[in-house]
Amino acid sequence: MIPTTTLDTQVRASKRSWRQLLGWIAAFAVLSWAWQGAEMAPGQLIANAGNMTTLTGDFFPPRFGNLGHYIDQMLVTIQIAIWGTLLAVLFAIPFGLLSSDNLAPWWINQPVRRLMDACRAINELVFAMLFVVAVGLGPFAGTMALFIHTTGVLAKLFSEAVEAADAGPMEGVRVTGAGRIEEIIFGLIPQVLPLWISVSLYRFESNIRSATVLGMVGGGGIGVALWETMRGFQYTETATIMLVIIVSVTLLDMASQQMRKRFI
Amino acid sequence: MTASIHVEGLDKSFGPRAALCGIDFTIEAGEMVTLIGPSGSGKSTLLRHLIGLSRADHQSCSQVEVLGRTVQRYGRLLAAGRNQRRRSGYIFQQFNLVGRLSVLSNVLIGCLGAMPRWRSLTGRFNQKERDLALRALERVGIVGLAHQRANTLSGGQMQRVAIARTLVQDAEVIFADEPIASLDPRSAREVMEILQRINHEDGRTIVVTLHQVDVARRYCRRAIALKQGRLYYDGPIEGLTDARLQALYENAGLDELNSHNSRLEPAAPLHALG
Repeated sequence: MIPTTTLDTQVRASKRSWRQLLGWIAAFAVLSWAWQGAEMAPGQLIANAGNMTTLTGDFFPPRFGNLGHYIDQMLVTIQIAIWGTLLAVLFAIPFGLLSSDNLAPWWINQPVRRLMDACRAINELVFAMLFVVAVGLGPFAGTMALFIHTTGVLAKLFSEAVEAADAGPMEGVRVTGAGRIEEIIFGLIPQVLPLWISVSLYRFESNIRSATVLGMVGGGGIGVALWETMRGFQYTETATIMLVIIVSVTLLDMASQQMRKRFI
Repeated sequence: MTASIHVEGLDKSFGPRAALCGIDFTIEAGEMVTLIGPSGSGKSTLLRHLIGLSRADHQSCSQVEVLGRTVQRYGRLLAAGRNQRRRSGYIFQQFNLVGRLSVLSNVLIGCLGAMPRWRSLTGRFNQKERDLALRALERVGIVGLAHQRANTLSGGQMQRVAIARTLVQDAEVIFADEPIASLDPRSAREVMEILQRINHEDGRTIVVTLHQVDVARRYCRRAIALKQGRLYYDGPIEGLTDARLQALYENAGLDELNSHNSRLEPAAPLHALG
């Protein structure tokens, strides 16, 4: 006779292997479903290898005749990112505090969170197209687009830091008779500030990358030149622009990383 | 003497579990009282009710008055101006300092309640307030650490900073919740001596929760003992005899407490004070 415990273990083991099998089948089904939807065709890469070689060849040698203009445009891009990020940080502070459930009641934090979700869900490029209609072509439209989208992102990250903060120091300030806002300024902000600075700098890095394409939809910056040279098949110019973007993004990423390290 | 703290019929439960049950007592101005009892007896919960960090049960006739102001009634906190609230101070077991601010800034936080709003919101402390903070740090013996970050301090030093904050606040009543539970014996003694000095020299009312009986005996004249959320003893510390302490810390005596459903059992008579 088999002891019941062994039987139990056997039944459980077979159940588990069934579940595992089902899990694998489901995962495989999702992957093949997505493969079809994405029209994955690795064969094309090989079949069209000649095309790609020709295209790549068209980029060389890069022409540096307009380098000065491209650098100017890259500086505009950086300026867009600076103001887009700064405005977002300033607005994300109150919105982030209001969407934290340890500071605001649900009837405030839920609506604010949904508003921030909306800002975050829509891509910068879409906002840029809308602002081009509203304020006209140019860097200001791009700045506003970055500002709105980044506010949504930073408010969420800020409020996550606030919700993870220690309640003790805030209670310590509260019992001295200080008001609610003093409690936040003295008991909370010093705790979350390093993280807030770090994520803001990180968003600044990614905003520079985003700002390089805003020009494609009329949002100003180097994206305008990028789009025009590509549409005009001036690939040697495009190559120069790409080099400018790569070099400046790398340099700014490195600088920003150094700054972030100091705050953690 | 005037009553400093008056508690009446305080009930508090967490879900089905009663944490505090029908607590009544009065503490006069200038007393140094210990709240004593085993862990989980409700000492800290009671203290949090006195400062308004916790609210009593809604369907209770609980009432807490501190310095003539009703802090809470029937489970509702009563709003009060900063000038009223700053008259009572609170010291935590875990210090609750702001680690990234300097010692001096942490002490200056005690001034916030008395400053005009535009200065308190922008953190503009004036020279008078800074001098006050430095003098408070001098009194607790750590003026040399004023410009260090609070999170670089030892536990004993942090607790002194917390005490200095109540000094700057000029609190007439100081509640101390297990102020020495996380400290080594020497720091614990120093912290208790500072509290005693504030009580003697400044005449501040001090209510301190402790779980070491010997410490309570050394520094406090009156004891309020809690057992399982009920008032078990209230009287001079000498009245807390070894036999009663044994009953307090062991399960013995619990049946007595429950069957009489009152604190007035022969084993632990209540001493009227006042």
